[in-house]
Amino acid sequence: MAVLTEEQTMLRDAAKAWVAEKSPVTAFRKVRDSGAAYDPAVWKEMCEMGWAGIIVPEEYGGSGLDLMTLGLVLEETGRTLTASPLFNTALVATSALLLAGSEAQKQAWLPKFASGEATGTLAVDEGPHHAPSKITLEAKKAGSGFVLNGKKAFVADGATADVIVVAAKTAGGITLFLVPGNAKGLSRQALKAVDSRGVANLSFDNVELGADAALGAVDGGAATLEALLDRARAGLAAEMLGACAQSFDVTLEYLKTRVQFGQVIGTFQALQHRAAKMFTDLELTRSCVEAALTAIDKNANDVPALVSLAKARASELWHLVSNEMVQMHGGIGMTDAHDAGLYLKRARVAEAAFGGAAFHRDRYATLMGY
Amino acid sequence: MADTAELESFRAEARAWLEENLPPSIKGVDLAMAQQAGIEPEGEGALWKKRMGEKGWGTPTWPKAYGGGGLSKEEAKVLQQEMNRAGARNPIGGMGVMMFGPTLLEYGNEEQKQRHIPPIVRGEIRWCQGYSEPNAGSDLASLQTRAEDKGDHFLVNGQKIWTSGAQWAHWCFCLVRTDKTRKHEGISFLLIDMKSPGVEVRPIMMISGHSPFCETFFTDVKVPKENLVGPLNGGWTIGKRLLQFERQGLGGGGGGAGRGGEMRPLEDVAKSYIGTDEKGRLADPDLRARLTEHLMHQRAFMLTLQRSQQESKSNQGPSTATSIMKNVGSKVIQDRAELLIEIMGQQGLGWEGDGYSGSELASARAWLGGKAVTIYGGSTEIQNNVIAKRMLGLLDHQ
Ligand SMILES: Cc1cc2nc3c(=O)[nH]c(=O)nc-3n(C[C@H](O)[C@H](O)[C@H](O)COP(=O)(O)OP(=O)(O)OC[C@H]3O[C@@H](n4cnc5c(N)ncnc54)[C@H](O)[C@@H]3O)c2cc1C
Repeated sequence: MAVLTEEQTMLRDAAKAWVAEKSPVTAFRKVRDSGAAYDPAVWKEMCEMGWAGIIVPEEYGGSGLDLMTLGLVLEETGRTLTASPLFNTALVATSALLLAGSEAQKQAWLPKFASGEATGTLAVDEGPHHAPSKITLEAKKAGSGFVLNGKKAFVADGATADVIVVAAKTAGGITLFLVPGNAKGLSRQALKAVDSRGVANLSFDNVELGADAALGAVDGGAATLEALLDRARAGLAAEMLGACAQSFDVTLEYLKTRVQFGQVIGTFQALQHRAAKMFTDLELTRSCVEAALTAIDKNANDVPALVSLAKARASELWHLVSNEMVQMHGGIGMTDAHDAGLYLKRARVAEAAFGGAAFHRDRYATLMGY
Repeated sequence: MADTAELESFRAEARAWLEENLPPSIKGVDLAMAQQAGIEPEGEGALWKKRMGEKGWGTPTWPKAYGGGGLSKEEAKVLQQEMNRAGARNPIGGMGVMMFGPTLLEYGNEEQKQRHIPPIVRGEIRWCQGYSEPNAGSDLASLQTRAEDKGDHFLVNGQKIWTSGAQWAHWCFCLVRTDKTRKHEGISFLLIDMKSPGVEVRPIMMISGHSPFCETFFTDVKVPKENLVGPLNGGWTIGKRLLQFERQGLGGGGGGAGRGGEMRPLEDVAKSYIGTDEKGRLADPDLRARLTEHLMHQRAFMLTLQRSQQESKSNQGPSTATSIMKNVGSKVIQDRAELLIEIMGQQGLGWEGDGYSGSELASARAWLGGKAVTIYGGSTEIQNNVIAKRMLGLLDHQ
């Protein structure tokens, strides 16, 4: 664990306590069974605690803290698979505005994000695989504004977000746009994915936007998008780390209590060594996630490589731990009544989001010049 | 290898029979799988099942005396080749065929075989396996379900769990405790009619959203004495023999879990979802390397399967390779399922509803259900223990 500030420690401990009490896995299960994307009452509480505004500057109604701090909270909510707009609103959409928003745009959205009055998200990918270099959704100049045509796929919180940061192709490059969720010509198809969270396919059919909808420079959005994606990846890696840690803890507990052949199964070396490996990988991954978040906060120049390192490692780790969680529980791990399946399902979606291990291995090698 | 004259004439006979009896609408249709879930074929499917059952060719090597095909192993192989050629799938399957029948043929008395084998041959009776209990999984011999000797019958009390297909089964072959003072030597092999008063079945929902298995409760269930297979307290040997048949089936790629979904070769699916470069290589080299590793592993598995079948048919006795097949086979299934959903990306992570194709949804469910293949029929860990101890002579640390 990185050396935390007093403030970070307090927030993390508060998050841990709140999650245990108010948002255990049973709460996620209820949300899943109800068919909703998240529980608005729980989200309201999270906002009241100020979590939605952790990285929002004080002048816009937030706490003005760093990404590392938000990462700590995401790790705790990740532990119990808490479904909420926290990640997409408080980290992703907020970061988009912080990185590229005009004063007016920040004024319009950040206070609402911080208070929980509005939610946001980011729409980049257009197919089943993360591919930010393959954006084809087109924004054409029309008068002083723009007209958007195209599709976005598997947008997290895409069906519910009040505002969507859309990465579009413009005449001279990539431009980011702030598109209201209720924009005319935007249709949102909510999907039912294995992890039972709100995700949607979006289709843009002559969506008309004013000039003030462009977020950052027209044609100059590629660098912003890259920086934004790195924040999203690092934050997601933090959430995944928490979920991994929890999967591991639950499994470890089972190894210590399940008796077969007159002894707890944790006495079998075949399982001990695998538990030791998971523990080792967890420690390694924690270092990578914290290094990525810290690098972002310090504006270091090795952010992209550290982020790819963190997301690749977190993806590999959760892949392993989620499989081991089922396997080491035996038959009970195969039941819907047990949590193992919930973690397994969420694992694969989180792995794929913003690039899986293979994507980030490739990106890492490219960044390192080989 | 060329057929001998007898095999050649059998091949002609099989081909002619299939041509005459396989309804064209049933070509390529798998009827066995659905029956395991209690769904009986209708129309021409029912006809095909009836014909195969009467001919005994669903259980080709079982003795004619009990309705089986009475074929030699060589003939059965020829029959399989001809069925493949004709697009005929065996409509007779399930645990009765795969595990219980072969065991009863070895250990049952004449009356039991006469009674229970022919309905399996005809696919009329579905069997389930009452082995595992909440506290007896890998350590099966610690099972506690009791069968008390009440003179003319046994009185059975206890709970089984993970009983696949119990909700659709007519009969259950069970391991029960008949002597509390001894572990392995206190177990008997008992056949229980699922309609007996006191049998209660509760389906359990699996992570794939299906409920293929159950909790099975026995409360004061009266079981006639004649349903005991083998000697009293001699059930462990029989139960283990049955597990061998089960593992053979699983190692040979049997069992339904993990199958289903996209059926095209994985490399073709990858090409369509990922695309190729100008030389025809998969556009994602990382995936390409991992896919190749898997496909080579699968190839090695198939070659080993062939080799072990050839070796066990020759006079060399059972092949040493059989012990590894369950683990290798289940790894192949799980790796394929993982690669498949990775190739499909988020399209492969759908649960239900619009936005996903039928084969994408089925692939996700098969991926989840397939996590069971390394757990049931002897988990991977238990199989490795068996390999280490029995094959390699490595002992537990003392
Ligand atoms: C889909 C499905 C269908 C099934 N169908 C049937 C059925 O029809 N009938 C039936 O009777 N049973 C059935 N089973 C039960 C299955 O046989 C058991 O789940 C299996 O034997 C494991 O037992 P368990 O679940 O109690 O796990 P446990 O035995 O508690 O094992 C938990 C973990 O510990 C490991 N472990 C245990 N002992 C050792 C050891 N000595 N060394 C190293 N590792 C060890 C296991 O491998 C596993 O990873 C089914 C199971 C599933 C998942």
